[in-house]
Amino acid sequence: MNGRTHKLLALVAIWAALLLAPYWMPPLGGYTALGTRVLVLGLAAMSVNFLLGFTGVLSFGHAAYFGLGAYGAGFALKFLAPSTPLSLLCGMLLGGIAGALLGALIVRRRGVYFAMVTIAFGQVFYYIAFQWSSVTGGDDGLRGFSRQPLDFGLFSIDILSDTNAFYYFVLVCFALITGVMAFILRSPFGRTMIAIRENERRARFLGIPVERHIWIAFTLSCFFMGFAGALYALLNNFADPRGLHYSQSGDFVMMAVMGGMRTFWGPLLGAAVFVVLQDYLSSITVNWMSFVGALFVAVVLFFPRGLLGFIRRKSEA
Amino acid sequence: MSVLEVRNVGKRFGSLVALRDVSLTVARGELRAIIGPNGAGKTTFFNLISGLFRPSAGTIAFDGRDVTELPAHKRVALGMARTFQITEIFPELTVFENVRIGAEIASGYRLRPWISRAEKTEVDRRVHETLKLAGIDGKAHRLVGELAHGDQRAAEIAMALALRPHLLLLDEPTAGMGDQETYEITQLIRRLHRDSNFTIVLIEHDMRVVFHLADRISVLDQGSLLAEGTPQEIAANEAVQAAYLGKAA
Repeated sequence: MNGRTHKLLALVAIWAALLLAPYWMPPLGGYTALGTRVLVLGLAAMSVNFLLGFTGVLSFGHAAYFGLGAYGAGFALKFLAPSTPLSLLCGMLLGGIAGALLGALIVRRRGVYFAMVTIAFGQVFYYIAFQWSSVTGGDDGLRGFSRQPLDFGLFSIDILSDTNAFYYFVLVCFALITGVMAFILRSPFGRTMIAIRENERRARFLGIPVERHIWIAFTLSCFFMGFAGALYALLNNFADPRGLHYSQSGDFVMMAVMGGMRTFWGPLLGAAVFVVLQDYLSSITVNWMSFVGALFVAVVLFFPRGLLGFIRRKSEA
Repeated sequence: MSVLEVRNVGKRFGSLVALRDVSLTVARGELRAIIGPNGAGKTTFFNLISGLFRPSAGTIAFDGRDVTELPAHKRVALGMARTFQITEIFPELTVFENVRIGAEIASGYRLRPWISRAEKTEVDRRVHETLKLAGIDGKAHRLVGELAHGDQRAAEIAMALALRPHLLLLDEPTAGMGDQETYEITQLIRRLHRDSNFTIVLIEHDMRVVFHLADRISVLDQGSLLAEGTPQEIAANEAVQAAYLGKAA
């Protein structure tokens, strides 16, 4: 069996598992909303990894754009119009445009300095959301909105009370965004991102304006992040300032690294492990994070390419 | 017409004067070697030409256009490509993928989120053509990081060639190589110069390579241009012998 059939089989397996999740999860002790959470946080981790794994740029403040996406969706539903697609659009735009503006200020920084500046900007948004209670609801978060049925004219789909319907709605959104990501990564532009990751000096002397390309990749990743955040607000019917906090950014980076940041699907696996462990352990102990942390340390020490990177290597060997 | 015209260029790093008042003109189709003892400023000079640093004084014209203030990537877009003393490649990509990035950029696809099938076929054809020119077509699908040093160097030259440059800058192309590899790279550079008519400027330590390849030689010593001429003239130049060849012997 060659690499291409391997890849195709893996892809079929991933999509089959995702499509059938509402049927295989409950018998294994899960529930559909948990699957939805994996998809949404997985999409966010994949957006972080679009930058981290494929451009080689570590942002430690990506939760800011995730949280902005959530608030954008919440504001749209609360103040603009009761429309789910509109709320997703608003969330994506808010996250993406904020990313584009801030990204322009920070793309000249590298490594630790880049990570620090992204944290700082992220925390600015966190404190705005936290302090500006009259608009954002402050510490209590933004409440008083809920996702709306999808109206197709002839029929409508109730994604509010039907958790399976909402799962499939999120899955369609997830497929759309990951499809766009995969498409970009296979394009000439995507290959310049990988060139920057592999060797910035060589990329520059191949004629790539490195800062501009990093800015574009950063902005795209913030649009994806904003979209994931908007889905998160729809999932919870609630936008939380903690969704903007740098510890949330850290969780996304952790999911990406744990799953395998050099792989496209790794962050989704990382998110699944993270979310399922959190769900299971937090019902047993309030110190669930120490167990997730221990697992993270073990993965980094023993599978430096992440879980999926390890699985892929095994299957190729 | 001259491809490269450097006038009175100087570079200081703080109080250190790395280059002082260096001028040099390279004609189209010429192969120019730059030699000089360690610390003479050869690589600094290359870095000024290719845009890694700005000069502290003087001007650099490329194809008749002043590029002194242009950033590196814009000089590449005008047709200037370089290699480095320590090979700069994408080690985790295949030889083909390494060269394809340059080929796509040269075709103007740098920002494209997609390319058509016909465009892709054309890019692939061009990559293989470039790999053949560099003599590494047989290793197209090997990871560059796994290749021998000489092949990595050939791959780096292929990446530069994929940009279809008017000027090729090679910084010590045979550095760290054994006799066989040195011979192969020398033959490659010779082919590029004689058969494909590339204009090439190279820095080189190996005198056999320099005297074998170069049309003209410029000698740098302690940041200044000591002499310039044909290989015969340089070999006969007493100042050069004292500063450089004498020391090497």
